[in-house]
Amino acid sequence: MAKILDEDPVATLPAPAVEPENPAAPRLMTLNMGPQHPSTHGVLRIMLELEGEIIRKAVPDIGFLHTGIEKECEQKNWQQAVTLTDRVDYLANLSNNLVYALAVEKLLQLEIPERAQWMRVMLAELSRLNSHLVWLGTHALDIGAMSVFFYCFREREDILRIFEIFSGQRMMTSYIRIGGLALEPPRGWDKRVGAFIRAFPSKVDEYENLLNANPIWKIRTQNVGFISLEDMLALGVTGPMIRAAGLQWDIRKSEPYSSYEKFDFEVPCYAENDVYARYRVRLGEMRQSTRIITQALEGMPPGDWRADAPHVTLPDREKMKTQMEALIYHFKIVTEGFRVPAGEVYQCVESPRGEIGYYIVSDGTSKPYRVHMRTPSFGNLQALGIMLKDTLIADSIASLGSMDFVLGDTDR
Amino acid sequence: MSAGEGINVIQHDAILETREAFGETTLIADPARIVHLCRHLKAEEKFVRLSAVTAVDWHPAEPRFEVIYHLHSIENNRRLRLKCRLPENDAVIDSVYEVWRGADWYEREVFDMFGIRFRNHPNLVRILMPIDWDGHPLRKDYPVHGHKYDYSQESHG
Repeated sequence: MAKILDEDPVATLPAPAVEPENPAAPRLMTLNMGPQHPSTHGVLRIMLELEGEIIRKAVPDIGFLHTGIEKECEQKNWQQAVTLTDRVDYLANLSNNLVYALAVEKLLQLEIPERAQWMRVMLAELSRLNSHLVWLGTHALDIGAMSVFFYCFREREDILRIFEIFSGQRMMTSYIRIGGLALEPPRGWDKRVGAFIRAFPSKVDEYENLLNANPIWKIRTQNVGFISLEDMLALGVTGPMIRAAGLQWDIRKSEPYSSYEKFDFEVPCYAENDVYARYRVRLGEMRQSTRIITQALEGMPPGDWRADAPHVTLPDREKMKTQMEALIYHFKIVTEGFRVPAGEVYQCVESPRGEIGYYIVSDGTSKPYRVHMRTPSFGNLQALGIMLKDTLIADSIASLGSMDFVLGDTDR
Repeated sequence: MSAGEGINVIQHDAILETREAFGETTLIADPARIVHLCRHLKAEEKFVRLSAVTAVDWHPAEPRFEVIYHLHSIENNRRLRLKCRLPENDAVIDSVYEVWRGADWYEREVFDMFGIRFRNHPNLVRILMPIDWDGHPLRKDYPVHGHKYDYSQESHG
């Protein structure tokens, strides 16, 4: 037996040099996370360099969802481009509609009636609720709390139905248009929104009952996903991430648009700067959005839902059939669109994810010359590498979920 | 009402022109001294945030490109637009990465979409398009529907 072993050719081979050149250097493993990983919420690829279970380097790779929206905007006329803005951030369509409409209206120097402005605020806040609900549901699902997902999507369904009665569409609403709204708000909209918003605070209580004191949720989220406020500001992070790090900056307060200055609401702010604080900020924002929507419902001013600008907004069907002038305007707007005076503007709004800023250049024709979308997900995702560095791989799911990015918003 | 009203005018020798429109301030800057100017704006005028970097292609006019920086000061609640004009045959500008690290991805995007190069950028590679892509899609002479594929050139042997 021993003799056979002695003659074993494998045993006689020289030992391979398994030792690395520098024995003190850590042995890193490269792991490819995504682009088809369920917790990346879209097609995001992250290259992780691991030392054991610790991430030493994380490099996000984006662009899988790039659809050339900015290029396409240059081919559409001004009003048509609204439909493309829906598809940028598909969880907060109305925020994107709003920022585009506000930017073009600034170029046109168009005065929007108060009723339309309040309607826009109400819809943008419903959109924020919708986005935060999807975030909460999927984020909790990632961490392992499955039931929260069903609770959140139950309420989200109600919001999507409200969007449907307004615009006929559940997601790609395109309801906020240049000059006002796309359609007259439907009969009974206030009852639908009112019923939803009266019931909603108790639903937020339910989510909080499920999670706030849940020991597993707290262990998975507290002291996880830290990134310093200085790093966040340097890298362009905005929105709830910043407010969970103690900086009370909200564009709705600092640079109010569309009558936000007339609403009474607070900006939730926490100093802990971890995943749990970001969760608390977003739940706080849901409660504040509820307040804003309630105020909008109660104080909705009378008036028109679009600007009195016949060269921009389509005429009533009735007028179009009876008045020559209205017919001409209708024909001109539909066939060639309206012209926007040459100039450039930057308009930003507070989306559920942070600062959306549209930089729009017009050369005086009926199509945008350049539309640049400064999207919050792009800026936020840039900080992912720093946030994940030297953390456990198991925490990476909670950390990146807390950023609440949408890949359509990142890649455009 | 708008951010930045009643605040002093920014003075710096790299500023070629100052414009006010729609309540927004635009500074047209000398591209050769952009980093110097940005360092000044960050340190003295408290523009701690770089909101975005982008570009506009004015093809066929010259100078063809405009690189645009949107700055934001949370402290002063003020926004500012910086603009640098670059000719087509020398579309190169210094990277502001050393002033704001957030410029990293934005400058990569501008490089990817317009082919403007940023000197001293740590990792100037394409970000949205595939690494081996030809051309820069947001240039005005880039076709919207891509380059048409010619099936007649295929061999059917």
